[in-house]
Amino acid sequence: MKALYERPETFIDTATHFCPGCGHGIVLRLIAEIIDAWGIRGKTIGLAPVGCSVLAYNYLDIDMCEAAHGRPPAVATGIKRVHPDHVVFAYQGDGDLAAIGTAEIIHAANRGENVTFIFVNNAVYGMTNGQMAPTTLVGQKTATTQSGRDLVNYGYPIRVCELLAVLGGSSYLERVSLSSPENVRKTKKALERGFKTQMEKKGFSLIEILSPCPIYWRMNANEAMKHIDEEMSRTFPLGVIKDWKP
Amino acid sequence: MKQLMTGNEAAAEAAIVAGCRYYYGYPITPQNELINYMSMRMPQVGGVFIQAESEIAAINMVYGSAAAGGRAMTSSSSPGISLKQEGISYLAGSELPCVIVNIQRGGPGLGDISASQADYFQAVKGGGHGDYRLIVLAPSSVQEMADLVYDAFDLADTYRNPVMILGDAQIGQLVEPVEFQKGPGKNFPKKTWSLTGAEGRKRNIVKSFYPVKGQLEEFNARLQQKYKEIEDNEVRYEMLNTHKADVVLVAYGTSARVCTEVVKKSRKLEFKVGLIRPITLWPFPKEVIRKISEKVQCILTVEMSAGQMVEDVRLAVEGRCPVHFYGRTGGGVPTSSQVIKKIVEIVPDNLADALLQLAEVR
Repeated sequence: MKALYERPETFIDTATHFCPGCGHGIVLRLIAEIIDAWGIRGKTIGLAPVGCSVLAYNYLDIDMCEAAHGRPPAVATGIKRVHPDHVVFAYQGDGDLAAIGTAEIIHAANRGENVTFIFVNNAVYGMTNGQMAPTTLVGQKTATTQSGRDLVNYGYPIRVCELLAVLGGSSYLERVSLSSPENVRKTKKALERGFKTQMEKKGFSLIEILSPCPIYWRMNANEAMKHIDEEMSRTFPLGVIKDWKP
Repeated sequence: MKQLMTGNEAAAEAAIVAGCRYYYGYPITPQNELINYMSMRMPQVGGVFIQAESEIAAINMVYGSAAAGGRAMTSSSSPGISLKQEGISYLAGSELPCVIVNIQRGGPGLGDISASQADYFQAVKGGGHGDYRLIVLAPSSVQEMADLVYDAFDLADTYRNPVMILGDAQIGQLVEPVEFQKGPGKNFPKKTWSLTGAEGRKRNIVKSFYPVKGQLEEFNARLQQKYKEIEDNEVRYEMLNTHKADVVLVAYGTSARVCTEVVKKSRKLEFKVGLIRPITLWPFPKEVIRKISEKVQCILTVEMSAGQMVEDVRLAVEGRCPVHFYGRTGGGVPTSSQVIKKIVEIVPDNLADALLQLAEVR
């Protein structure tokens, strides 16, 4: 009998620390599926920084490295330069990548650092009780924008893929979402394309994944998925933003 | 073969000889000769040189290469070293070996670009957060800069701990003959903990995060045990003319060069001035200072700061003899006559005659 769905070997059998309805578990599982399918466990090194991503190493049975808040692009650079033939990826949230670590991601992209960045965008600081993120939507209520993000005080949500697309060193940039099984399949394809870009030494790749945070969006799981499709995707349009091989 | 080099260049070349193949830096005066030299040398030996976007990025690149098992180094000067403190705390907390060179300049703030020793507290007491220690080595010549850089890499690997070379603008920019006679460091312990891809083994995780109650305290206890071992085994210092000395100076780096001159000038006299020059600022040579404090009239600590190392000297002496201080701040370097004048002020009356002679010697 053929099993149609089982736990990937690289995906550690453990209790989750993520909140109900969170998207992180889906993304981590997809990464594990790809590592298993391609047989690259022995040459893959992942990075877990600070935020909800901090315990990513609890779930992936591969060599993994901590990074200070926002610094994965610099730490990944240091690792990749030692092991240029390994697959190195950083698993970052929106606060990590687009606020405190803005300088590092821009310069890693501009250097064309041959690393894959998995950017989980849920438009909120989950780990610290739901404060405004650089990607928080206009009008979105958070712990630090209690009457909604207003443009006068807080500016605009940052579109990371579009920002990095203008840099000469970025090779592959795609925005996907987890809002439906179909979109999850597309996310997996994008992750594969990101890893492929790196394995073919084509340079910097980043996959931005719109991911639900029902707890700090104050929604139930279904509403959160609908929110991604109907609201979030309008600020952050899905699709390939840049590809070295169009 | 001896060659003429600045201290900054000697630090860079010694790192290459020691097998360092990953250097990440950011320009800042007075350490620019080091980053420039590395950009030229690293490609010649197949190493990696990156001019990072900031000191913060540079120290985190060091973190990555150290985690991946490479010999990695960064360098900067005081304001840049302040920026690296978060990274240094993470390196210590993740027990990653690396070498950080601080060519100190005057502070606080942007300060100036002249020689200073005002980062002593930051270097030896832990400039970042948490209970951690750096091994801190203080060269006082270009040759010693080279020699200590080799040792820094070996010490870092032996103890899985970041090591800081604490120089200053004079040591960094001084041109002196230097020889790179020591071969590559012999001490390359196998880094079984490093990130190489978990091929055929259990995975490795490099981290400083211990969220489960009790684990962090256990980890800290282990760190403290390691620090104790370093204190027991790695203290280094140099003594000059201390036998039967009446006054002993304590100084490191550039200040120690000035104090060496003071000692030489005093040799013609009955009155004896000695010098203890700490080479490891942490672990601090407190035992030798304690012993000497039982034999001398008094101790004078000389620094290019408002008085930082003097606190460690006083802790070592514990009141056994008076401990005095002479310092210059804001880029000022003490002269030997200023130090002699200070000695005249502080020594007990029964030595006054001898001291008057000493004052004339200058």
